[in-house]
Amino acid sequence: MGVMDRTVRGLLLSELVSGMALTLRYFFKPKVTINYPYEKGPISPRFKGEHALRRYPNGEERCIACKLCEAVCPAQAITIEAEPREDGSRRTTRYDIDMTKCIYCGLCEEACPVDAIVEGPNFEFSTETREELMYNKDRLLANGDRWEAEIAARLAADGPYR
Amino acid sequence: MAEAETQGTGAPAIRTHTMNFGPQHPAAHGVLRLVLEMDGEVVERADPHIGLLHRGTEKLIEYKTYMQAVPYFDRLDYVAPMCQEHAFALATEKLLGIAVPPRGQYVRVLFAEISRILNHLLNLTTYAIDVGAITPALWGFEEREKLMEFHEAVSGARLHANYFRPGGVAKDMPAGIAERIGEWAEGFPKFIDDLETLLTENRIWKQRTVDIGVMSLEEALAWGWSGPCLRASGAAWDLRKSQPYDCYGEMEFDIPVGRNGDCYDRYLVRVAEMRESLKIIRQCLARMPEGPIKTQDHKITPPSRGEMKRSMEALIHHFKLYTEGYHVPAGSTYTAVEAPKGEFGVYLIADGTNKPYRCKIRAPGFAHLQTMDHIAKGHMLADAVAIIGSLDIVFGEIDR
Repeated sequence: MGVMDRTVRGLLLSELVSGMALTLRYFFKPKVTINYPYEKGPISPRFKGEHALRRYPNGEERCIACKLCEAVCPAQAITIEAEPREDGSRRTTRYDIDMTKCIYCGLCEEACPVDAIVEGPNFEFSTETREELMYNKDRLLANGDRWEAEIAARLAADGPYR
Repeated sequence: MAEAETQGTGAPAIRTHTMNFGPQHPAAHGVLRLVLEMDGEVVERADPHIGLLHRGTEKLIEYKTYMQAVPYFDRLDYVAPMCQEHAFALATEKLLGIAVPPRGQYVRVLFAEISRILNHLLNLTTYAIDVGAITPALWGFEEREKLMEFHEAVSGARLHANYFRPGGVAKDMPAGIAERIGEWAEGFPKFIDDLETLLTENRIWKQRTVDIGVMSLEEALAWGWSGPCLRASGAAWDLRKSQPYDCYGEMEFDIPVGRNGDCYDRYLVRVAEMRESLKIIRQCLARMPEGPIKTQDHKITPPSRGEMKRSMEALIHHFKLYTEGYHVPAGSTYTAVEAPKGEFGVYLIADGTNKPYRCKIRAPGFAHLQTMDHIAKGHMLADAVAIIGSLDIVFGEIDR
């Protein structure tokens, strides 16, 4: 680029003008922003969101208190206590997840041999107080009941890769 | 505050004055507290104070099994999480003496390069905001959003992936994602061109970056620089070329090198690196082999769920892996990868148990930030902001 050329370009503000022209072109492009909360971005079947404890179709809870999730959790967010139920089957008496500790790594879901604890598609579970984020077994089972249709579809979609 | 008496008048005049830049300043890229000694608007001394994001990652990892340690690496440089995991996975594999199947290597390289583009997009656009150009960030985040979708589709998380594991990757790529990445790779060069139209020749951008924060090659090497910052100073040094890991040896790409080592060159090198990453992504997609994505030794990687539910042996492996983990033979290794910010190294000492004895993390940002005083001296306050932007500081990895 010669001196003349550079001077003329400099005086004519060519790079600023071309930048402005590009901005104007973008101005008339279709908008890419979405109107959250009415519209939401796509989520894959692997999304690691809010936890849920699932049940079998007959209503029996899946968790057998093997405590693999408690053992593998890197943040030690899961607390489990278990004893035999009246019918002799091994079940949890306490299943707590401290959602403020959880790092959403997904290892609990990977570790669970009966697909009981899963990280569901829900990412909108912010609360006003810290206490509300200490999930107990009832809360987790309620989550499972609420999201079961989505969770089952996700597990089926991701099945070939698990 | 140093005070001196102006001659004759008896009134005290302020010579230099100390001010805090950050830790709550948006241009500090996180929680950098920079204590600046100013002479008017000229920086006399820049003193970075770090540690506000210290979480004790290295010590925590000593108490985690190798599988549990992986998520901690996401949280170092949280802008390019998978590259961090890559270093740890490679180090563990070296100690275990296992090889990753070809498809696993290709998936890893593919996503390491996507992470690199994610990182450079964030860095370049926020760097532009720091010096007053807001538009690139608005456009860049649209591209980042597309990449985040790929990131989320394979790993289930937009940032903290926990995807690369010692022995391969956690899960295979879902069907159709390769095609979507290919489509995106078609359109992305157009975006880089647009970004360059806004910045590369722009006179304001050049006034703010050319000859600002110059680092000569000798100094850059002496201060321990690496990555795009070192390449901007003129060294064609790239760990992907000089000591290829995974399938980087089979990839064809060039190393962009700068000449002046100023803020402008660091910008140019990163832009060129995005184009090179795109080349690698295309090659990965074109040559993606079939086969397993992780080593089939189920003492190290979990068996598939179908197998685990049918075979007693697989079930035992599953339980062993998720409780005790695997034992890594005693030994030590320093394994480094070319993370988007530079050489990210993991010095791992195994003592034969299921947990690392020591895991030292070498973060590139730390070496870059320590030169702040050296390169910001004599510049204006606003240039210090441009320098921080061009160094690509992320506090997750500096404070660890």
